[in-house]
Amino acid sequence: MSTTLATLRHGAIELALHLLKEGEGRPLLVLHGLGERSPEELPAQYASWPGAVHALDFTGHGSSTVPAGGGYTAEILMGDADTALAELGQATVVGRGLGAYVALLLAGARPEDVRGAIVLDGPGLAGGGSTPSSPSVATVDPTAPAPPDPWALVELTRDPRPPDYATTFVRQAVSFSGLDRPLAVCAIGRPAWVDAVLHEPGVAETDLAAALTLYASV
Amino acid sequence: MPVVYPGAQRPDRTRVVWSSGLAIAVYEWGDEDAPPLLLAHGGFDFAGTFDVFAPLLAAGGWRVVSWDHRGHGDSEHAALYSWDADVRDAVAVFDSVSRQPLPVVGHSKGGALMLQLAEACPHRLSRLVNIDGMPSPRPHPDVASHERTNLLRGEIAGWLDFRRAAAGNERKPGTIDELARRRARMNPRLSHEWLTYLVTVGARESDDGWRWKIDSKLRFGGFGPWRNTWALERLAGLGIPMLGMIGTVPEAMGWGVVPGELDQYLPPGGRMVTFEDTGHFVHIERPKEASELVLEFLA
Repeated sequence: MSTTLATLRHGAIELALHLLKEGEGRPLLVLHGLGERSPEELPAQYASWPGAVHALDFTGHGSSTVPAGGGYTAEILMGDADTALAELGQATVVGRGLGAYVALLLAGARPEDVRGAIVLDGPGLAGGGSTPSSPSVATVDPTAPAPPDPWALVELTRDPRPPDYATTFVRQAVSFSGLDRPLAVCAIGRPAWVDAVLHEPGVAETDLAAALTLYASV
Repeated sequence: MPVVYPGAQRPDRTRVVWSSGLAIAVYEWGDEDAPPLLLAHGGFDFAGTFDVFAPLLAAGGWRVVSWDHRGHGDSEHAALYSWDADVRDAVAVFDSVSRQPLPVVGHSKGGALMLQLAEACPHRLSRLVNIDGMPSPRPHPDVASHERTNLLRGEIAGWLDFRRAAAGNERKPGTIDELARRRARMNPRLSHEWLTYLVTVGARESDDGWRWKIDSKLRFGGFGPWRNTWALERLAGLGIPMLGMIGTVPEAMGWGVVPGELDQYLPPGGRMVTFEDTGHFVHIERPKEASELVLEFLA
């Protein structure tokens, strides 16, 4: 079983940051996909990471607060991940699906502190596509058990992720991280934002083991 | 002593509407049996900013209904804020009034929210007045991409830094006069007398002074994947009569639309009216003329 290292405060939300493995050196921050929660045990693929491995439950997921009234955006979840980064200092970030998109945003927003971001397949990778679909007013079943917050499931599958917005974050990471390849794409999925990111200089297309080896050495 | 302002009237009725578990404060002016008209305020405002405008519309024969957006005024502070959530809260207020199509006046962000609602639920709106909440078709200033990367980096890091600190943030206390002068930085064309009045509505007094009620976790500005063109398409596709109002004087809170530039995006029958020597808060600077235009448009 994992142990909860810390309950972190992000605005009105209490975030659960789990410690999956102790270690020396730079920590690895694991971000789950949409509707998921942090793994309860260290996934085998991260066992070789030399530093500590932490996993964050996003707002409305796992052991973090499920707030009233929804209002989710990928940028707010970037704020969740940034709250963890403030606790950990420099980290390498790996995300599944929605968490992969958040890892990209964070890598561009905090280029000195994110020492490599890894994009993996997982729930919520595509979001709402490149442009908004026709708007609608969403409803959820208020009696549905949470977590995950049903508003997160609805809202984070509708948020537009324009390719040129995603590449802006890549360019920030490339310009200010000092890393040759601050982003590694290890996903099979190719929503438009991932495809655009792969066409940017400074993005590695590789497998997870190679990406972890790459960032463990920087 | 309550602060008074010429023509300002607090609402005749107040109530609460629940929107997905959040308490939204709703206000009404005028005869309860008159036909309803909804007013949507702008970002960092609250329904009390209609305290002069709404009574003029009520006097024209309308039951005027407005509400404080989540985190604003007397509505509950939320953990999360988003455009879609604000639209949902608006629908909860509409639902509390009628399921029939309703006329609505929106200012600034409120106007833009109503444009989105008009596309999402065209069956809920009958007419729309948009006061400086329409998108400008002009592209962003032409700066080199490496400079833009730098600018954006500062903006995003600033936004995250604010969020890191926001859990412990509290609005700064002050006297009524101090809060009015602070607000004047964002509302430079509005009189001190009016802003003083607004403090007594939009702020709360405690032992160490007055504080604005708005959630201290909210921050002006922000960034995201939005594009003005998306909203322009909404404007062009509007299927109900629309009246747009703008002033000629640019302001920080304004949406930057200049006369004539939206003409090609207006829906059939859509009309724009420009107020000379007027800023972003057309309905506050020119309440009489603005309300007369609205009443004529709704007639």
